[in-house]
Amino acid sequence: MSTFLELDHVTKTFGSEGMFGNGQVTVAVDDVSLSIDEDEPSITTVAGESGSGKTTLARLLLGSHVPSDGRMLYRGKDFTKLTRRERRNFRREIQPIFQDPFESYNPFYKVDHVLDAPIKNFKLASSDKEKKRMIEDALEMVGLLPEETLGRFPHQLSGGQRQRIMVARALLLKPRVILADEPVSMVDASLRATILDSIRRLNRDLGISVVYITHDLTTAYQISDNIMVMYRGTVVEAGTVDAVIPSPQHPYTQLLIESIPQPDPKNRWGSEPPQQNWDTGDTQMNGCRFADRCPAVMEHCNESKPLQYLMNEHQLATCFLHQEKGEMTNPDITSTFQTEKETIKAIPADMSI
Amino acid sequence: MVQPTIEETRLSTEQAIQTYRADARITDVDALVVENFSVYYETDSGTVKACDDVTFTLKQGERFALVGESGSGKTTLAMGLMRLTRPPGHIAKGSVTLNGRDVTKLSENEMRKTRLSELALVPQGAMNSLNPVMRIERQIVDGFLDHRSEDDKALSKDELKEFVRDLLIRVGLRPGVARLYPHELSGGMKQRVAMAIGISLRPNLIIADEPTSALDVVVQRQIMQTLGRLQEGLDASIMLVGHDMGLVAQFADTIGVMYAGKLVEVGPVEEVFSDPKHPYTKLLIRSLPSLQEKREFLGIPGLPPRLINLPNSCAFADRCPSRFDKCDQSVPQTLNLGGRRETACHLYEGEGQS
Repeated sequence: MSTFLELDHVTKTFGSEGMFGNGQVTVAVDDVSLSIDEDEPSITTVAGESGSGKTTLARLLLGSHVPSDGRMLYRGKDFTKLTRRERRNFRREIQPIFQDPFESYNPFYKVDHVLDAPIKNFKLASSDKEKKRMIEDALEMVGLLPEETLGRFPHQLSGGQRQRIMVARALLLKPRVILADEPVSMVDASLRATILDSIRRLNRDLGISVVYITHDLTTAYQISDNIMVMYRGTVVEAGTVDAVIPSPQHPYTQLLIESIPQPDPKNRWGSEPPQQNWDTGDTQMNGCRFADRCPAVMEHCNESKPLQYLMNEHQLATCFLHQEKGEMTNPDITSTFQTEKETIKAIPADMSI
Repeated sequence: MVQPTIEETRLSTEQAIQTYRADARITDVDALVVENFSVYYETDSGTVKACDDVTFTLKQGERFALVGESGSGKTTLAMGLMRLTRPPGHIAKGSVTLNGRDVTKLSENEMRKTRLSELALVPQGAMNSLNPVMRIERQIVDGFLDHRSEDDKALSKDELKEFVRDLLIRVGLRPGVARLYPHELSGGMKQRVAMAIGISLRPNLIIADEPTSALDVVVQRQIMQTLGRLQEGLDASIMLVGHDMGLVAQFADTIGVMYAGKLVEVGPVEEVFSDPKHPYTKLLIRSLPSLQEKREFLGIPGLPPRLINLPNSCAFADRCPSRFDKCDQSVPQTLNLGGRRETACHLYEGEGQS
């Protein structure tokens, strides 16, 4: 088993209390340890609301933020000590797909440009013919017809097509890990399926690990193997989706799942949940960060931070309610994950309309 | 018209939550009657019928959801109802009767007074609809003073302050927000400010155009529940425009499905979800991912047609699994299938009456 990327007790803070700081320190990622394995590629969801630190975590993994505390290891080597060559290799091996398929294009260039550029940059093709073949293969991989996409300008394509070209671009570089930050939140519901499906195919057919960042737990449940739920920088719950989604143990995960608008008019939301209080700074909170909104809050929740307690082999929760279950010995939250694939049921043939 | 004061009709949060939909006060009064409403865009390559012959009725107190994919004309319809269509778009035909008056016939000045006081819009992406260099207080007061009737008595500075304070509390914000600028607020808070502006003149009809897109699920739920509470407090009707079927199932009483500029199905939410009629609605409901079971994603194959020079056939025919000869020969008319259920599909021609 070889570890591709590892976060070792990583903390990332913004703002400072120093001379130029405004005294407000935001702890965007608080003491997170995880590892991404390359031999057993899986799809891992990072879920949480805006401000939960999920994008900061993504940027740490991409190497565009440096941890304030803790270490990041790339193939066992400290990330800050990489040589130029290794760093370049790292940049090829982990590829992002961003949220907005409209803003990731330069409107003055044809869409071919985003596909040409990485090939040129990393000198992947030796001839124009090879380049053309690589581009066409990548487009076909994500279900696009090269003759319908190449030579067009971004505004001539739909949001779904544009987002799939972004997936194809990532593919060209033969990455080990794809990091998709809300790839479908700006795309129509009917097109979501095709994009998520191409992401899932990358994982299954090409053995690429995927980190899927989202607040949409329904799609997370459908495509991913594992999940970690974040709240104000802390991982509050993690494990396999099959353990966490049907039986969430942290009150925040429970709130998240309850709030999903289920397409069932007979099963409506309960009463309105309390709003988040952003006025309390992160450093002023000594205890659990969710304490002010938690329906099950206890006295010591405000005094000390809960540790990660192991619910079962495949699930952990950072909540005092589960204190008796015992603390996790291995701080790496990915140790609760499962990597073997379970075959997903195809839709039965009689479900025609 | 004598308007009741805010105090008189305000429900406390607890009370409002308890009445949540259990005994919704849908009356038999028609709040909005839209007949053969069409908005066309004239372009060099032809007329784009973005909203074509749309007919529906909204009762006072009802929550009507208009769904469809991007480009189906739902936002065009909503903007058309507000008479905010911009050239090259124009209202081609039809009538919109709001409180007994046809708003398509009002003068620009009368329309201006109608907006916000009778018909309010909570826009899509509230983050971009607020002025970044004005304090929240000013923005609320601005709309209020501009759209209210000239006959109303002038308010003193303190009364206005009190008014803003009251509105902010009603939409679930701290009164202190009045002194802040938009960039100091989170996305959900900005959406609440947009709602405060929307309800400031106590409209009878609130049009909410994807009010929670780009917000996460918990905030989305809070915003929708606040919107519902406000609507019930005002006894207003609401028209929710969006593409999230989950949200519609949670929030609406009635659903209207738009496809290629036409309303293809209308009916009570529970009936449409349990027994959809139009093949497009069926596919739409089937494509929703679920938390109960894992399965392959089912999209709707194909793309919606371009709305220029639509042929004389059903616009959904190319993507429809139940296509037959007639679909290519004529445009299906809206059929009444009994009760409030309507659909525009040739499959049901034997059952309903047009």
